[in-house]
Formats: sequence, C-alpha cells, structure tokens
Amino acid sequence: MARTYRVTTRTRAGQITGLFALALVALGVVLPAFVPRGVILDLFFILTMLTLAQLWNLLAGYGGLVSVGQQAFVGIGAYAMFAAVILWGMNPVPAILVGGGVAVLLAVPSAFFAFRLQGAYFAIGTWVVAEITRLSIAQWKALGGGTGTSLPREATGNIMGVDLVRSLFGVREAAARDILAYWLALALAVVTIGAIYMLLRNRLGLALAAVRDNTEAARSVGVDAGRLKWVVYLLTALGTGLTGALIHLQTARISPDAAFSVTNWTAYVIFIVVIGGIGTIEGPILGVLVFFALQTLLADYGTWYLLALGLIGIAVMLFAPRGLWGLISARTGIHLFPVQRRLLGQDQLKGD
Amino acid sequence: MTPILSLADVSKSYGALKVTDGVSFEVPRGQALGIIGPNGAGKSTLFNLITGNVMADQGRISFLGQDVTRMAAMRRVKMGVGRSFQIPQPFETLTVFENLLTAASFGRDLPEAAVADECARILDQTELMRRANTRAGQLSLLERKRLELARAMATGPELLLLDEIAGGLTEGECKALVATIRAIHASGTTIIWIEHVLHALTSVVERLLVLDFGRVIGIGAPDQIMASREVREIYLGIEV
Repeated sequence: MARTYRVTTRTRAGQITGLFALALVALGVVLPAFVPRGVILDLFFILTMLTLAQLWNLLAGYGGLVSVGQQAFVGIGAYAMFAAVILWGMNPVPAILVGGGVAVLLAVPSAFFAFRLQGAYFAIGTWVVAEITRLSIAQWKALGGGTGTSLPREATGNIMGVDLVRSLFGVREAAARDILAYWLALALAVVTIGAIYMLLRNRLGLALAAVRDNTEAARSVGVDAGRLKWVVYLLTALGTGLTGALIHLQTARISPDAAFSVTNWTAYVIFIVVIGGIGTIEGPILGVLVFFALQTLLADYGTWYLLALGLIGIAVMLFAPRGLWGLISARTGIHLFPVQRRLLGQDQLKGD
Repeated sequence: MTPILSLADVSKSYGALKVTDGVSFEVPRGQALGIIGPNGAGKSTLFNLITGNVMADQGRISFLGQDVTRMAAMRRVKMGVGRSFQIPQPFETLTVFENLLTAASFGRDLPEAAVADECARILDQTELMRRANTRAGQLSLLERKRLELARAMATGPELLLLDEIAGGLTEGECKALVATIRAIHASGTTIIWIEHVLHALTSVVERLLVLDFGRVIGIGAPDQIMASREVREIYLGIEV
C-alpha cells in the first residue's frame, strides 16, 4: 500500500529559529573581540543561569519532578572540580568534567531516597539532600571546611586554553580566563538546549509528556515511567554539576554557603522558569533575560529587590500560569522549538 | 487449543474487603467476552488484575500460556494486553495522533517512524482522522472514548480490555462506537468488555460473565445468562 500520510515536526518559525540560533552562536563566539570584559561577565552569568534554568525545566516542567535541591549538584560539582585541581593536581578545565561525574554519583543515592517521595515531599526531600551534602562538605578541611578556599595561583595561572585566548585577543590573564569561561558557558548552554530539544523530538519526549499528563495511562501503554524519571534526574544532575563547576572556575573561590546556596541556584532558577514559561524551551530563555534586566535595575535596592522578585513571581503564577512565553505563544501560535508531531496527508487535510 | 487468557482461583482483598473472590475463567483466542455486574461487584478490579495495575493476593493469571501473575503492567502491554479506562485518561497536552504514536511506539517497542502508518490506519478505523492534530484535551466525550479505544489498539493488543466504553454516550454515538468495536473484533482481536449498556454489549460478545461481590455467578451465552433467574435478580433488580 502506498503511503498517503507523512509526519513532520517542522514549522516555518522553527526553521527561522534554527538559522537565527546559528547566527547568534557564531556572534557569541566572536563577541569577546568587540565588547568590554564587563559584558562578557554579564553574558557568562546569563548563560550559566540559562543552563541551570533549562535543566530545572527539564526536571520539573517535563519530568514533573519539582526539586528545590538542585543546589546540591551545583555545590558538589564545584567542590569536585576544586578537589580535582587542589588534591589531584588536575588542570581546572578537564576538572569540570569531574564535577559533572561526581554530581551524577551523588544523584544515584539521592534519587533512590527522593523517588520514594511524591509532590511536596519530594521537593522537601531534595532540599534535605542538598543540606546534608552542604553540611558534610563543610567538614572537609582539605578544601577549607566551613570557610571554603580558593583555586591556587599555580592552577589559575595554568588553565588550559588561557594562553591561546591571550594571544588571540591580546588581553591580560584575568580577562583571558573570563573569556575562556564565557566560551565554555556558551558551549554548555548550546549543548544543553540542543540536547533537551533532541530529547523532546525523540520518542522519550512523547513518553515524558505522557507521564506528566497521566502516569497510570502512560504505564498502560508500555511507558516505563520509573526509568524515565531516573534518566531525567541523572541528566539534570550531570548538567547542573558541570555548570556548578564552571561557575566556580570563573570565580576561582568556593565556600559551602555560596556553592550550596538555595537562593542563587534554585530559587532564582525557579523564578526564571516560572516567569518565562514552564514546560517550554523558549520560557527559560525569555525568563533569564527578564531576570537579568530586573537584577540590573533593582539590585541596588537590597531586600526590596527580593520582595519585588517574589511579587512578580506571584503575579505571573496567578495571571499567567504558563509564563510570559505561554502568553505570547497562545496569542501568536508560534513555537520556536517545535516538537509536536503533525500528521499530514490528503484525507487528513480535508478534515477540520 | 490454549486459551489466550486464563484465570485460576484469583483473589484480591483491600483490608477486610474481598473485591475478587476465587475467580476462574478462560477466554479462547478470538472470542469477545462481556462482563456485567452491579456497581462495586469488582469488575474494574478484575481488569486491573488482568492488566497488572493491581497484583493478585492469590491464584494464577496466564496470558498466551505464560504465567503473568507477578508481571508488571508495562511488560503485559508489550506482550499484547491493551486496555481502555472507564473514565477517559488521554495525554491531554499531546495531540490525538501523538497519543497513538506514544502507545504504538512503547507498546510495540518500535521507533516512531515504524508505527506512524499503523497509527494513521487506526485513526481511520476509529473515525478520529479529522482530529489527528488536535490536542486530546480539546476532545468531546465521544471523541475521548474513541481515543481510549484507538490508543489501546495502537499498543498492538492480542487481548483488548474495554472498560465501560459506551457509558455516557447518546444512542447514536453508542451505535457508531459499537460498529467500530465489532469491526475490530471481526479482524480477530480477542475482547473482554465491561459494560452497563447491555444492548451494546450483547450485540458484540459471544459470552457473558456475571460478577457479584467479587465472585463469578454465571458465565455462558448471552441469551442463557440473561434468562437466568439469579442474574435477573442480582443484576437487573427484577424479582422473579
């Protein structure tokens, strides 16, 4: 029988986004040649927060696992990187990979514990895991205990790739380190978004949506909901650990309170995803830009800044529960990262 | 011939309440069996025991000659046990086509591309083709019921379990759905169907099983069962 139907996920908006994203990434790569160091640092912050937000969105928005303990993986990733550099003499750049690996190692037992909890209890459980990890790390005297430590001079002065950046841009060592960290953040953000998009276009994306919509029905059509949770949780831990290590490579300083900060690495990340639009790739991108703008405008107002963030978060949850991107998408029908499989064919097109 | 499904002395209790009490019956391949009984008789629990959504306390369930009593629901789907739910449970954020694609891809362990044509065929058969690209959350009740049927079919079932799929439909809607189920049965699929809409049920099934307080109180040809004094008293509330 001849095929009369075809399946597609392509849309015009998606194709335009693809081209625009390529141009944007290319621009991002050469940008350090044209902009001052302050802009590079701002972009580093935006890119790392975007990566954390995309990962939390994968976990909570697609996987239905609302964790408030992602700071555990930021912290353990960062500490593992510091340990690899200080204790084992590794170069800081490959040591970032150790950070990702150790975050996965922490994720295995923590998932074993947290997956026995549901909903709000799961959220609290993940927070408890993060606190236990912070308190345990604070006992590690070789890495500064409760006060933390810095990357030694011989390590920061010998970071893989810094000499190349210095010769390319003719900048001092500190600026070259920032450019290198920015490039790594750009690569990590692109790989994370690309991987999540590929995952959603794969049949695992369908399974994630099915489990999120109705776990019992998903099981009844053969979806292994338990395995899916593990996959999402471990992937998120890997990416979050890598990002944590990278963030602390750039600062070259670590302490348990900063590395395991629930405010910096989970509350802000949830804010970004919620105001941007949970359950979409576009949402965290929009959300991180809004968050950065608010931080730039209001950061001098101290506590008022946090109050304003809270109020904006509440207002968006009440009046636009699908976030700012949800509003835009509902009005325009545009999806920049289309994942919907549409059946096209003569008979079908006659309908509706 | 080995029956496609066989239950031997299967029981299930919730605390002190025995919802399935020593149930035994067999379903030959290709047959359509109807299950009737008053509300709370344990019909849906019996389905859940067959699909593996609930595990039996005792007894043995065999499917295709294999003991599946302790087997997880997900593995039974892949063996060929497809089901619909009494209250439709579509994947609301996915389109109708994606609902089928998910079921076909995971139920049969095949890549999406390999099952897309089969999903289109089932959409045609269940008269959902017009709504293929509509989000399941936007469907009417009849369409949701059709989607339940279509999604169960997409898993590639050897045994199809239908749980009150005609409930809540108008006479015309019910008639149209029954025609679809009859066509599915005619293609060789074994069916077990729980239903309160008796005329719909008896127009398809070859045998009826009556359940009351978790026990089988009768099994046989529909005419013979409906003529039984005990069944009429218990199920239809008619004093004879």
